[in-house]
Amino acid sequence: MSDVANPAPAATGEQHESSSGPRRLVLNMGPQHPSTHGVLRILIELEGETIVKANPDIGFLHTGIEKQAENEHWPQVTPLTDRTDYLSNLINNLGYALAVEKLLQVEVPPMAQWMRVMLCELQRISSHLVWLGTHAMDTGAMTVFFYCFRERENILRLFEMFSGQRMMTSYIRIGGLALEPPRGWEKAVGGFIRDFPSKVDEYEDLLSKNPIFLRRTQGVGFMSLEDLIDIGVTGPLLRAAGLKWDIRKSEPYSSYERFDFEIPTRTASDVYARYQVRIDEMRQSQRIVVQAMEGMPLGAWKTDAPRVVLPDREKMKTQIEALIYHFKLVTEGILVPRGEAYSCVESPRGELGFYVVSDGSANPYRVFMRTPSFANLQALGPMVEGTLIADSVASIGSLDFVLGDVDR
Amino acid sequence: MNFYIVSLIKAAVVAGALLTTLAYLQWIERKVLAHVQLRLGPYRVGPHGLLQPLADVIKLLTKEDLYPPYVSGFLYFFAPFLAIALSLSAIAVIPFGPEITVFGIRTHMQLTDLDVGLLYILAISSLGVYAVALAGWASNNKYSLLGGLRASAQMISYELPMALALAAPLLLLNTLSLRGMVDGQAGYYLGILPRWSIFQGPWPQIFGFVLFLIAGFAETNRLPFDLPEAESELVAGFHTEYSSMKFAAFFMAEYCNMITLTSVAALLFLGGWHPLFPAAYGSDYVAPLLFAGGAVMCFYHGLNPARRRDRYTLPVFGVVFLAVAAALLFPPLKPVLIPLFWFAAKVLGLLFVFIWVRGTLPRFRYDQLMRFAWGVLFPVAMLNLLVTGVLVALF
Repeated sequence: MSDVANPAPAATGEQHESSSGPRRLVLNMGPQHPSTHGVLRILIELEGETIVKANPDIGFLHTGIEKQAENEHWPQVTPLTDRTDYLSNLINNLGYALAVEKLLQVEVPPMAQWMRVMLCELQRISSHLVWLGTHAMDTGAMTVFFYCFRERENILRLFEMFSGQRMMTSYIRIGGLALEPPRGWEKAVGGFIRDFPSKVDEYEDLLSKNPIFLRRTQGVGFMSLEDLIDIGVTGPLLRAAGLKWDIRKSEPYSSYERFDFEIPTRTASDVYARYQVRIDEMRQSQRIVVQAMEGMPLGAWKTDAPRVVLPDREKMKTQIEALIYHFKLVTEGILVPRGEAYSCVESPRGELGFYVVSDGSANPYRVFMRTPSFANLQALGPMVEGTLIADSVASIGSLDFVLGDVDR
Repeated sequence: MNFYIVSLIKAAVVAGALLTTLAYLQWIERKVLAHVQLRLGPYRVGPHGLLQPLADVIKLLTKEDLYPPYVSGFLYFFAPFLAIALSLSAIAVIPFGPEITVFGIRTHMQLTDLDVGLLYILAISSLGVYAVALAGWASNNKYSLLGGLRASAQMISYELPMALALAAPLLLLNTLSLRGMVDGQAGYYLGILPRWSIFQGPWPQIFGFVLFLIAGFAETNRLPFDLPEAESELVAGFHTEYSSMKFAAFFMAEYCNMITLTSVAALLFLGGWHPLFPAAYGSDYVAPLLFAGGAVMCFYHGLNPARRRDRYTLPVFGVVFLAVAAALLFPPLKPVLIPLFWFAAKVLGLLFVFIWVRGTLPRFRYDQLMRFAWGVLFPVAMLNLLVTGVLVALF
């Protein structure tokens, strides 16, 4: 309780003596900070409120998932992929499943493909809802967050209906789906998705024409298309800069070529353009879900490859071959032929690639994830330098990274 | 001697009422905000969360009072004290109603009627910036420092348009005493339109009112101008390092400032306790009817309860509402309660706007905030003052 030990703040090293120019303040933003969206630490050098230099420091959420994957059987990696980008689990599942299926050279039946598309688009909507809510919260608009989470809750309920889990679904497996789609899913999904555009209108009512929001976002966080491409940024950030790049169109997977949807783009490349692109993407995803639901083919929900997918429970209990396959699959795992494969999917954040290498054994030799959050986060430094603290918060929100995806 | 006793009683009543209002304002804010945001708000502590403020007070009192080793001792303690002391003392000159007679003693419903009441409030509220700036500086934390700096710049900038917005109705009403101002707004045009400042000729102060409210949002550090404590940027701004009752002091000061500000707005622009339309058209019956309507609602929902607990709680509220309605009709109480009702209704209405805005708008950026103060509010307030001055001089 002594006052003597506490000289004036200016003298206690609060201000950092920089070698060049005036005295600067180094602000250690994060890893515990309300708007770094996880455990990101950013070292910000300030001159007044202007950011001179921003240095993101990642690694606080390193889980070693890529390394851990090497010690698991091939199917056991699927739950791990859930936990990298925890806002788009199904899309991670799909990316991994596609890569392994490429190695195994198995074809997934149409029903499973369409179901994958439908669920992935629902996942995209839910991920964008989290982004929109937190982004609006960062700019000070609280209410949007709760509106978004109302709809996200409905989507999570759907996921629970399909897989039994709300977030860590692991529903898309190598060779198809984990379970048969539940009875009554058409009604549940349809009831949600048909109302969804009106909900997007509600969010837009609160933000799109709000003068304060416009002033906070327009012209903020600008980066030229060339810089974005140099850094390797993909996804909505790139599309907001004007490049029509979407894996779903450029390298269609899982029957995306059969769906009618557009790739929203903007050219402003600022926070507001990214906002508009993501809002439009939600509407497009809604279209895809409706199409997938209405045109859902009948048939099997997993591929007919007894060495890859587990047999039905019913058959396993009654037929000796099925029992043998089941036993071998569970104890030995899938033997994936020697080789390597890369497959990429469009996650809500950009290009999510899985590069898998097999040495012919039941464990992957290497699973490398090309995660969009990691690349997108690299744009943060150049994006916020020269802007204000408040702009940096808006820019961080517009990057929409997930730290689990950055560090994996 | 009589004067001292009456003053003491009045001080006790005002302080008690103010502190209760403070606590329940927070409950109202949480409830209103919750319903804006599709939530229920406090619901666990007491019926409809009505005891939540009490629980919060107990929580804040019993929390550990952190004293970080790096703070600047005396100022760190002094800042929250200054904040709460200043904001509580501002309420002393606010009149809540006209002259009344209680037990044969004629008195004003006001602690003290200063001749320069408005100047006093302006002076006290300008001093409030010291509390925030000192707290930010003494905390010796970078977020606090930035918050404190932002606060001092913001509050000083917005002081100016606020004072200019207030000056215009002063020209109309020609007094600095808050009581005198309300008296200047008595009466009705054509027997129906109240002579409140926002309607009063020759130049209705509707612009002044809006300007004052906007500047008021900034003065009380509320959204969209809550930059000093913008949690997404500065964690908690100037009170990051404060805990327990020291934090509560800042919290209470903010709400107290809100009450003072809305009271001043109601007194200066909305005619204080003068009703919206004359008593000849039955304005005295608005309040009892409102409460009776509330009672009917409570009884109806109590009989058709959505939750089991509502069957017991809602009828109790209904009875309370009915009792209030009866008291409002009771002749000896009527002259006290009816003006009080109109004044409280105006203040609560304005407070609701504060909360509503908080639930709706995003936050300004620091430079935009300053540009808005100097580039928009200041010229418009100046123009408003000029026009008012010229018109008052001519007519």
